[in-house]
Amino acid sequence: MSSAVLQVTGLTKRFGGFVALQGIDLHLSSGERLGLIGPNGSGKTTLINCVSGALYNDEGTIVFENEDITRTPPHQRARLGLARSFQIPKPFHSMTVLENLRVPLEYAAWSRSEHRHIVDEAMAVLEMIGLKHRANVNSAALTQVEMRKLELARALAAKPRLLVSDEAMAGLSGSEVDEILEILLALNARGVAVIMIEHVMRAVMKFSERIVVLVAGRKIADGDPQAVVANEEVIKAYLGE
Amino acid sequence: MKISAFWICIAVIFLGGLAFTEVATNEYYFTALYVILQATIMAIAWNILGGFTGYVNFGSAAFFAVGAYTAIALDKALGLPLPLLIVAAAVVCGLIGLGVGYLTLRLKGVYFAIATLAMAIVLETLVTNWTYVGGARGAYILTPENHLWFDSYIQMLFMLMLVLTLGSVAISRKLNSSRLGRGLAAIRDDEVAAECAGVPTLRLKLISTTVMGAMMGVAGAPYPFFVTFVDPVSAFNLFVAVNAIAMPMIGGTAHWIGPVIGALLVGSMQEIITVNVSSELNVLIVGVMLVLFISLAPQGIVGLVQKHVLRRRR
Repeated sequence: MSSAVLQVTGLTKRFGGFVALQGIDLHLSSGERLGLIGPNGSGKTTLINCVSGALYNDEGTIVFENEDITRTPPHQRARLGLARSFQIPKPFHSMTVLENLRVPLEYAAWSRSEHRHIVDEAMAVLEMIGLKHRANVNSAALTQVEMRKLELARALAAKPRLLVSDEAMAGLSGSEVDEILEILLALNARGVAVIMIEHVMRAVMKFSERIVVLVAGRKIADGDPQAVVANEEVIKAYLGE
Repeated sequence: MKISAFWICIAVIFLGGLAFTEVATNEYYFTALYVILQATIMAIAWNILGGFTGYVNFGSAAFFAVGAYTAIALDKALGLPLPLLIVAAAVVCGLIGLGVGYLTLRLKGVYFAIATLAMAIVLETLVTNWTYVGGARGAYILTPENHLWFDSYIQMLFMLMLVLTLGSVAISRKLNSSRLGRGLAAIRDDEVAAECAGVPTLRLKLISTTVMGAMMGVAGAPYPFFVTFVDPVSAFNLFVAVNAIAMPMIGGTAHWIGPVIGALLVGSMQEIITVNVSSELNVLIVGVMLVLFISLAPQGIVGLVQKHVLRRRR
């Protein structure tokens, strides 16, 4: 087995008296594709917020590429190579698409960027993601699919070792889902580990090498996709008894 | 080496100012221009935090006043020359900016604005009770004899203010179009997304408040020598803060030229109306213009022009 890119141990997060996540363990190997599923409110996004640093966990540790990042602020996690996209796109709306990518290139990936060729690097990312023709358009004028793509593009521009894609496909049509899926697979082919949070099961099954299921803040299954979706507990969680 | 059009403009304006001191005889012009330039620096400074970074500061008058009172105190205590007083005011106000930023930047939107307003009131109370600089009675400053090679002291102050303004414009432009500026804009657009893109948001916001504070201190430092009498009510005047907000809003906050255009436009209108109509009316003018721009052109004059240019290109 290749080395771990992410190792979450005993992660617990409470909001007041409500336990959002309870003792979550999560292991991710370098270059692995992981699907993270669970019913609404099961704690998927909270887990991602803890991993990316938007929230701090109450208990447990998070180790990223052999470095303990449990108390590291989000911008430093981004610099280490941990990128995420947001469920609801958060483009920098006063900037053009190109400028949107300059921000992660100039901050998260600054130590790994060719400072003289920032624009070229941004264009390369846009080319890969299929937004090159929109480079100089204001990001507020994008369509919904394009905004999802911009979310991913911005995460890619941070030159991550691990990308967390938070429901990048929600509400998209079948062909649009395929487009996003292709982008994620192409990225993974470059050695980037990907955690995909998704409700679109077709995409999850096609993409994931392994699936983790969260229900009410607990991990109830972790393993081969086919085995996980056949798991009785998982079926019960989704469909009820 | 290629010299950009921007620096040529700066040089031309500087030389134009010098020539003006040789040509103009009516001292009123220098007084009026001084007031406009002072407002320009305040507008540029406000815009660094308010426009570029997206944090609305209602306490501009406090930074301005602390700049003025730093100059008064150090002039009285050590008799330092004006340039050193300006540097000292920049340092003091920069530190206050840093401190205020550290204490209040966890607040967002309206709460941050209220905190800055509260800070202004606290500082005003402190100065009002500080007898060394005159307390509530105010302080008189004697106009120094020395005015270099200029014909009068006000001419020298005008040139000084012009240089300070040009410097502020250059700093603001540099901030706007640099890596740092993009980081600030990212914070303004979405702070969480900015942080996740690797932008150290707290540090950048502190840089922003510090630069803003220092610049406002610089605008305030020569003020005692300009008016020769300063009391807390005039230095901490809300009108200073309102102007500092209104001018960038009217000019356009996203671009460095916005506050400059706004300040020159509103500032000169205020002067013209004060002289030709009445001094009460000029306050009304700012209010009316602000309401008109916010409802009809929220992006300011720069926004209007950009929209027009874009439409032409299509």
